[in-house]
Amino acid sequence: MQNKLNFIDILDQTSGARGGKEDPGSFEYTLSAEITSIYPLTATEKLYQIQIIDPDQRKRFSFRPGQFVMLELPGIGEAPFSISSSPIRHGDIELCIRAVGNLTNFLARVERGTRVGISGPFGTHFPLEKMQGQDILLIGGGLGIVPLRSPLLAVLENRSRYGRVDIMYGAKTPAELLFTYQYEEWRRFDIELGITVDQADKSWHGRTGLITELLQERISQTPNLRENTYAIVCGPPVMFHFVCKMLTEAGLPMQKMFVSLERRMHCGRGKCCRCNIGSTYTCLDGPVFDYWSVMNLKEAI
Amino acid sequence: MIFKVFKKEELARLHELLAVNIIVGPVSKGNDRNGKPLYDFDVTYDFNELALDYTQTVHSPKRFVLPYHETLSTFSITRDGWKKHVDLNVYRPLVFFGMHACDINALNKLDLVLAQSTYPNPYYMGKRKNLFIIGMGCNPEPQCFCRSMGTDSVLHGFDLFLTDLGGKYFAEILSATAFDLLTQLTCQDPSAKDLALYKHATKEKSKRYTATVDTSDLTKILDLEFESTAWDAWGEKCLSCGTCANVCPTCYCYGVDEHVDPDLKHASKIKSLHSCNLIDFAKVAGGHNFRPTSASRLKYRYYHKHRGFVEAFEESLCVGCGRCGAACLADITPPEVIASVRGKE
Ligand SMILES: Cc1cc2nc3c(=O)[nH]c(=O)nc-3n(C[C@H](O)[C@H](O)[C@H](O)COP(=O)(O)OP(=O)(O)OC[C@H]3O[C@@H](n4cnc5c(N)ncnc54)[C@H](O)[C@@H]3O)c2cc1C
Ligand code: SF4
Ligand code: SF4
Ligand code: FES
Repeated sequence: MQNKLNFIDILDQTSGARGGKEDPGSFEYTLSAEITSIYPLTATEKLYQIQIIDPDQRKRFSFRPGQFVMLELPGIGEAPFSISSSPIRHGDIELCIRAVGNLTNFLARVERGTRVGISGPFGTHFPLEKMQGQDILLIGGGLGIVPLRSPLLAVLENRSRYGRVDIMYGAKTPAELLFTYQYEEWRRFDIELGITVDQADKSWHGRTGLITELLQERISQTPNLRENTYAIVCGPPVMFHFVCKMLTEAGLPMQKMFVSLERRMHCGRGKCCRCNIGSTYTCLDGPVFDYWSVMNLKEAI
Repeated sequence: MIFKVFKKEELARLHELLAVNIIVGPVSKGNDRNGKPLYDFDVTYDFNELALDYTQTVHSPKRFVLPYHETLSTFSITRDGWKKHVDLNVYRPLVFFGMHACDINALNKLDLVLAQSTYPNPYYMGKRKNLFIIGMGCNPEPQCFCRSMGTDSVLHGFDLFLTDLGGKYFAEILSATAFDLLTQLTCQDPSAKDLALYKHATKEKSKRYTATVDTSDLTKILDLEFESTAWDAWGEKCLSCGTCANVCPTCYCYGVDEHVDPDLKHASKIKSLHSCNLIDFAKVAGGHNFRPTSASRLKYRYYHKHRGFVEAFEESLCVGCGRCGAACLADITPPEVIASVRGKE
């Protein structure tokens, strides 16, 4: 038997704590977490508070606004979701999830106390440090408000370090507006909040129209956006198109404009290729890109 | 590198020494409808089963490192929660007896993205690290354009590589285990004549390639020709069947599905290799498809292989084995696709 080859156990050789980006043992490793509360926001979206169960792991879980997690429910599925809570809350995260398919419809039916698996955080983030001292435009359409909420909350934690902060948010109907219960609070933190809907109903007293109209008004108040403004734009591809064009015309440099892109993802780790845009991995090089990178991506928006 | 030569008869002895392990090698699988012999890699039990003079296997060796379907994890579900069990599905080393240079190069390329990048894939690594590879020189087939891709010879990623010198094999030894094995055979150091024979053999081989691809500035040209109508013409022909990715030694993309057992106490998470030519590849929840046309998907496959991978790793994700073209029912071959996209320069 002298020529029997030795078996190499690759997980044996690796050292260090689980969860590192270079550790092969972390690949299918999920943190066990509990849905501690579920808050219905609209007919199709709910806000899930999800707590990593182990207190140590919860503390060590740290992310930057714009990053996403993979949420897994055994036998049902695994999918990417943007973290919608403030980074100071570590592994006590909030996800806002729209019921659209297998996993998300199942999640719409579970009760608080359900155990889920969380892995991540993955992907790139919004450079909030660089944005300090500057005005910030947060522009969201539809579900796009979800990835905007984490940078917004991070700004609120450090409100004095930022200049004027505007939120421009558009939804199809008033019934589809998310986080309505927080608008007053945001305003009290000196956030300029502009909200518009495509189609008003009887109860609606706010604006009707496109988000670009809100943006036009905002732009007309400042002669030039070049010097001291950053923008984050999240929403459907058509919105990116018009909003980014307007911002560019108003002088905002491409590298001060950030978007978060959505693609199909089956791993979140640069391995399944499903999230590729041209040849860029949205899960590794994104989901947050500056507009210059987006312009260089074939088939991006 | 260390070189040795040994008489051809010794090869059976090498097989015998290794037979305490599981041995995979090329075997004959009958003929196609034109009478051309078909080969595939399979587990073998007898030296005589090995078809070491095989032309090219229909499927690449990738299923031994990237199974078409693989259970990534299983779950046991209880009243108040669940537990996840991860099994890398590798339990013993595997000897690969007679792999051609292109296929070894393909594994080396897979290593770059699956083992040597961030978030290394342990399912792949476990299997790859437990391969003992004996490479074998080949005879170029009409579809082979590996020489254009610089993959007609291989410098690393194997244990032993054998080149036929007539009555002898010329052995390139890359691992201590391989060296150890050869000490149990009757081997010699190569003579000046052996070296001359080896050089002659490689030179003769390189003259026999008929298919070529012009790869000069290809990454840039693909970028320039992103909107080229050539893609639409190929898209018209393509059946979006995914066969090309299936037989390709370097295609690794996949999808994941989860299943609950009927007893509701267990569940599993299964990875299946996918193909970017399949219609749902880039379809997202809500129904939007980022690549709805077959032309856009076919283009993406070339774009990933010949541009994206080059940007990331300075080499392309294609070894020029020609399997995709040989297997394609629509006769879509990389040399023709690339030539048409380059257009008249
Ligand atoms: C970076 C990122 C952040 C996201 N953030 C949010 C969020 O905060 N809230 C929210 O409601 N949705 C978000 N999504 C979209 C969300 O991932 C999909 O709605 C979800 O995958 C649908 O899964 P399903 O099983 O319900 O749908 P199905 O259509 O049944 O999908 C089956 C499988 O396909 C894959 N898949 C399908 N659509 C998508 C998609 N759009 N993106 C990625 N994978 C997909 C998943 O792996 C899923 O398991 C995000 C997507 C990305 C890429
Ligand atoms: S190129 Fe050929 S093998 Fe590949 S998907 Fe199209 S028809 Fe099928
Ligand atoms: S793309 Fe075609 S020629 Fe290139 S490695 Fe894959 S199967 Fe071989
Ligand atoms: S999600 Fe798998 S490669 Fe990006």
